[in-house]
Amino acid sequence: MNPVFILWRRQLKRYFRARARMIGALGQPILFLLALGFGLGPTFARAGRGDYVQFLAPGIVTMGILFNAVFSGIEIIWDRQFGFLKETLVAPVSRLEIVLGRTLGGATVALIHGSIVFLVCLVAGFRPQPLLLPLALLFMALIAFMCTGIGTAVGSVLQDMQGFQLIINFIVLPLFFFSSALFPVPELPEAMRLAVRLNPLSYGVDGLRGALNGGFVFGAAIDLAVLGGLAAILLAIGAWLFSKIEV
Amino acid sequence: MMGAIIEACDLVKRFNGFTAVDHVSFAVPEGVIFGFLGPNGAGKTTTIRMLTTVLSPSEGRLLIAGHDPVKEPLLVRRAFGIVFQDPSLDGELTAAENMELHGVLYRVPRAERRERVEALLRFVGLWERRGDYVKRFSGGMRRRLEIARALLHRPRILFLDEPTAGLDPQTRNQIWEFIRGLCRDEHVTVFFTTHYMEEAERVADQIAIIDHGQIVAQGTATTLRQETGGRTLEDAFITLTGHSIREAEATPIDRMRMMRQVWRGRR
Repeated sequence: MNPVFILWRRQLKRYFRARARMIGALGQPILFLLALGFGLGPTFARAGRGDYVQFLAPGIVTMGILFNAVFSGIEIIWDRQFGFLKETLVAPVSRLEIVLGRTLGGATVALIHGSIVFLVCLVAGFRPQPLLLPLALLFMALIAFMCTGIGTAVGSVLQDMQGFQLIINFIVLPLFFFSSALFPVPELPEAMRLAVRLNPLSYGVDGLRGALNGGFVFGAAIDLAVLGGLAAILLAIGAWLFSKIEV
Repeated sequence: MMGAIIEACDLVKRFNGFTAVDHVSFAVPEGVIFGFLGPNGAGKTTTIRMLTTVLSPSEGRLLIAGHDPVKEPLLVRRAFGIVFQDPSLDGELTAAENMELHGVLYRVPRAERRERVEALLRFVGLWERRGDYVKRFSGGMRRRLEIARALLHRPRILFLDEPTAGLDPQTRNQIWEFIRGLCRDEHVTVFFTTHYMEEAERVADQIAIIDHGQIVAQGTATTLRQETGGRTLEDAFITLTGHSIREAEATPIDRMRMMRQVWRGRR
């Protein structure tokens, strides 16, 4: 067995063993789906936009991945507190292998979590086109990697959980709300549209929505290029910051 | 020095102008149990962190098992096992899984890993509990597991940073029996710190006392007692380091741990 593999497997074990956390993490996307989906649905339909649940579901799947991936990066802080991080940092493996194992593990867990949210959306009445499902999965994986990169970067810099609210309110929620997850982009006010266009997550939502519902706003190629490029850059930043950790 | 497995020569570590370790030199011969003592904030943990490649020295020379920790960190890391002052197990994994993870990180071949995990867990009396989550273990059990884990990859040196802190006397004695037994069987050199002077007196073949970042005395428990005219090692320690109480500043991690304890207490 390889150090990268065992660190990857550790993340998966931790995810499946913490049932309460797993179910708890499903609560938020389900709440958004039900409350917004059925609450705003009639208004959305009257505006001639069709079925809101159908529109919203890819955004909710993205939300599930976003939260889970960022938190798995932030787990570095917990591992630092509970001391496990030191065990890995004095082992005769390079920091790159450690961060690779962690990132792969975090992204895999986020992808699994996103898939569960996807299934929940199906139960709630979401009917995607099956043709481009593999492309949708690719977008989900890219979103997972990008967000794990963000989480790793943040988790490597923060010393303790004091900054937790900061991360939620100034990174995770803005990424989510200023993306196209909840509303269509074209009719937005100029400033808002700019914010959405500058938000990397928008390209994830657009790619996923395009693959599942048809109709890309930015275009599949641009979505893939932006997400792929940013995932690589953010993962590199995360890995670099992780390599600077002192315990 | 011939036969020294740890050699520190004029070791210095500065943090923003503050000198935590100030021209420290010592040598630990292979096979001995070496006690590194000093009051809080004297520079013990900083020294251990430099010896274990986690921190690089500002000045001076270090040789661990013949390698320079700055230039060849991976070779040095393979040569030692460490039990940290704070716990370092994954509570969400079982005892056996924690051991396996360590074995894989240290690239111990599969067959040997299996055999070592069983032998060591049996030795520290945790084999029957190998499938239990570590979060359900007592402090003493965790320590035993950490010691077993640190020896899994057959290191030549075992670092123990206050291995018995916070444990009751029965458990402390038991832990030392395990350490001594294992190190005898495995021919491991032990480098430890402790605040319990009677432990150091009983266990250590050689002792160095550090204070304000400098070594103030070196020798055996007997020679230190004789030099200072004290009855016990504790007398010698107080004579050498004075009566004043050292204030150590809490790190963010300490504060977080305190918060966790508060939360646990409420539940």
